[in-house]
Amino acid sequence: MSATASAPVSRTRPRESAATWPLADRLGLAMCWAAGMFLTLAAAGIVVFMAIKGVQYLKLSLLFEHPTAAVDQSQAGGFLDPIEGTIALTALGTLIAAPIAIAAAIWLSEYGRPVGLARLVEAGVDVIAGVPSIVLAIFGLIVFSKALFAPLSISTQGVASYGRSFLIAGITISLVALPLIVGATREALQAIPSHVREASYALGKSQATTIRHVLLPSVRPGIATGIALGMGRIVGDTAIAIVLLGNTLQNQPGSGIWPFDYLRGTGSTLTTYVYNNSPVGEGNAPQKAYAAAFVLLLVVLFLNYSVDRLARGGRQVTAWSR
Amino acid sequence: MRIPRIRGERAERVLGAFSVALLGVIVALVVFVFGNAWPSFSHNGLAWFSSGGNVQTQLGNIYHSPSNPAHYVYTLHAWPLLYGTALSTGLAVICGLGLALLGAVFLVEFAPPLLKRLLRPSVRLLAGVPSVIYGLVGLLALAPLIDSNLVSPSFKLAVAPVVQITGTGLLLAVVILTLMVTPIMLALIADALESVPRSWIEGSAALGVNRWRTMWRISVHTIRPAIAAAVVLATARALGEAIMLSMVSGAYPFAPNPLDGLNFFLEPILTFASAIVQNADGLFSVTPFPQTIYAFAAVLLVSAGALSFAGWLVKQPLRRYGIR
Repeated sequence: MSATASAPVSRTRPRESAATWPLADRLGLAMCWAAGMFLTLAAAGIVVFMAIKGVQYLKLSLLFEHPTAAVDQSQAGGFLDPIEGTIALTALGTLIAAPIAIAAAIWLSEYGRPVGLARLVEAGVDVIAGVPSIVLAIFGLIVFSKALFAPLSISTQGVASYGRSFLIAGITISLVALPLIVGATREALQAIPSHVREASYALGKSQATTIRHVLLPSVRPGIATGIALGMGRIVGDTAIAIVLLGNTLQNQPGSGIWPFDYLRGTGSTLTTYVYNNSPVGEGNAPQKAYAAAFVLLLVVLFLNYSVDRLARGGRQVTAWSR
Repeated sequence: MRIPRIRGERAERVLGAFSVALLGVIVALVVFVFGNAWPSFSHNGLAWFSSGGNVQTQLGNIYHSPSNPAHYVYTLHAWPLLYGTALSTGLAVICGLGLALLGAVFLVEFAPPLLKRLLRPSVRLLAGVPSVIYGLVGLLALAPLIDSNLVSPSFKLAVAPVVQITGTGLLLAVVILTLMVTPIMLALIADALESVPRSWIEGSAALGVNRWRTMWRISVHTIRPAIAAAVVLATARALGEAIMLSMVSGAYPFAPNPLDGLNFFLEPILTFASAIVQNADGLFSVTPFPQTIYAFAAVLLVSAGALSFAGWLVKQPLRRYGIR
């Protein structure tokens, strides 16, 4: 994994000229170049295109104005509410996912008894990672529409649960981040040599103490990587936000004391705002959509960059796309 | 190694409880989704998967179904959705596999250092861009291009009574989906290529085999299980893609006809995942419409489960060789 990351040494004789190769091999090489260039250009194209549109349509005032319903897109306000929504949803999802994921990762790699159960949990995390977020959204809707969960959202009839709120979307969206945090934490734990643990045991410390005071501090970069990856996923997720956040134009707090009125209410995120303002959505204000998408892209790029920094700080490269 | 177990038991139980709770979530996921989707399947039987009639009309009938439980309308023939999902996923994964394989070989072996430093972040960026941005770019930038350059006015006019051709459709869906699944595969394949034992490559080079054939015959052959794993992962991603596809696929339940020649690629499709997004507002209504939408989710859930299992299966030979 680190072979090409650290040293740019070719693994075969680099001096050999491709000109002496058979035609088929040279064609293959040309296709390799084409594929590499295409991917680089595609990435550059998306960034440049979004940057141009972003600079064209993004005004500072948009970040601080509430969105309003309007036929003309110049009257449609800004996207303060979606930004708040994205922050709230990301914070909520990460706060719920992180403790559970870290606990599961520690249990899997440090205890893992009985073995059969550990295998099952391992497979379970894989399954959760593979379930499309739109299916998770449907699951969340079915579960949280039960009357039992009525306190989590504004109830309409007082009996049945509305099934859409920041709390509900946050709980559901934590499942999207969870496998990523489990994966990164486990990888970091497994990278710790066993003599570190043995040294702690030799000093008479129990396994729980070893985990708390020796292992956890040293896997912190791994956990941070996982959390940043998970946050990137949550920020970019649209399906759950559309189905479970109510998809309202402005964030509409419910009743109750401060953070809970907000969290029990419905709202929107940057992703749903972009979707709604694209030509397929109800708003159809492409300029606003471009501006919001540019902000969204900047957030995602920043999170990607922090994953990079964290992974390098933790002296190991974690799965670099998932 | 003997692990001291003083005061460790409670921590183990607490951490274990969190882990087992995850299994509970999966059980609940399966039970709730299938339990609620069941009426749609049981009323239609296997005809659910067959073709017949217009899905849009059928969904409309279900939506306006009488509120008397004895007269619920459940009739749905979801073949166009199944076909659209299979078509977009299959084509995107095939195109993406070619691109990812060539790109990974390029990245690991042939790219000059400067390009290598450029290609890695590019791939990571492509993997990280939210699907709604892909959808927006496709819808606002690429769809008009396709509409003005590839769609012939006569074809547009000829099919106007059946379906609208606006540039969004199978072609655009596959192009953007390919761009979305390629980085996932490329990352996995490149990681595996780098873990091929050096001595195998050196052995091949020592026999006078050139770099390209060494890469192709030794490295790529060795990592076949990793390629399979990458394909499984990419398929799962493509199947579940909802937002981007509901923006650029035309989002109309139409089954593109291969007999239409090249126009085949311009016809709209609708996948299960994007059908859920398209009908998200209908989830507010009462039986039987949400049940029909849940059935779409159930199909996706089964596919996701099957793919997880397939992913586990193809990883077995990898473990044996100790590669990843």
